[in-house]
Amino acid sequence: MDRIPILKMGGFLLVTIQVDMHDRLAMALQEDLTDGIVKHRARGVLIDISALEIVDSFIGRMLGNIAGMSRLLDAETVLVGMQPAVAITLVELGLSLNGIRTALNVERGMSMLRIDLPSEGL
Amino acid sequence: MPELEGKLDIQSSEDVVRVRQAVRALAIRIGLTLIDQTKIVTAASELARNTLDYGGGGTLVLERVLNGKSVGVRLTFEDQGPGIADMSLALKDGYTTGTGLGLGLSGAKRLSNEFEIHSKPGEGTTVIITRWKA
Repeated sequence: MDRIPILKMGGFLLVTIQVDMHDRLAMALQEDLTDGIVKHRARGVLIDISALEIVDSFIGRMLGNIAGMSRLLDAETVLVGMQPAVAITLVELGLSLNGIRTALNVERGMSMLRIDLPSEGL
Repeated sequence: MPELEGKLDIQSSEDVVRVRQAVRALAIRIGLTLIDQTKIVTAASELARNTLDYGGGGTLVLERVLNGKSVGVRLTFEDQGPGIADMSLALKDGYTTGTGLGLGLSGAKRLSNEFEIHSKPGEGTTVIITRWKA
C-alpha cells in the first residue's frame, strides 16, 4: 500500500500531504507519525495540507487524533497551509479543529515550533 | 429535466476518493465557484462514506439539473443497507451509531442547497443533495 512520506528535520517531523487520501491511507499516516515521533525522538510535527482540496470529517478527525497522540508523546503539532475554501467548508461542516495549532504556511509553522522548542529543529 | 452525468459504485474507500474526483469534475464543468465546489465535494465525501460504512456499499448517480436559468449539481446516494430507524436522531450533530464524529449527515445537509433523505428500516437509504450555481 502507498504511504505518505515523513521527513525528519532536526528534532521535527515534516509531512506534506499531496494526494487525495483514502481512509486507510489516512489511518496509516496516523500510525507512521506516532511511530516516527518515538523513533526519532521528535518534539515537533508539521503537517502541510496546502495541496488538500477538501478536508472532510474523517480527515479532520485523523488530524485531531494526530495532534492528540503527539501531545501524549511530548511532541507538538502544527497544521499549516489550509486553503481558504477548505477552512470555510470545515466550519460549515461543524468541525473547527479545536485543539490543533495552525499556521498560514510552512515558514510560519516552523518558526512557531522553533520559538516553543528552541533547542530542537534546524 | 435532469441530465445523467454518471454513475459510480461505492464499495471501498478508494471508491470514496473516486466519488470526490467525479463530483469535483462535474462541479467545475457546471461552473460552480471554488467554495461551492469544495462544499459539494465535501458533502459528497461524507455521504459516500456513510453509504459504504452504514449502508454496506451502494451507488452514486450524478446529474446536471436546470431550474429556469440556474444550473446545479444533483447527487443521489443509494444503498440497500439496514436503513435509519430514527431519522431526527440521525440528523443531529454529534449523533453516530459508528465510530465517527456524527457530522456526516448533518454536515452534508448544511453544505447543500437542497437535501432530501428517504429511508426504511431493512430496505435502505437514499440521500439526494443539490448545489446550485450562485
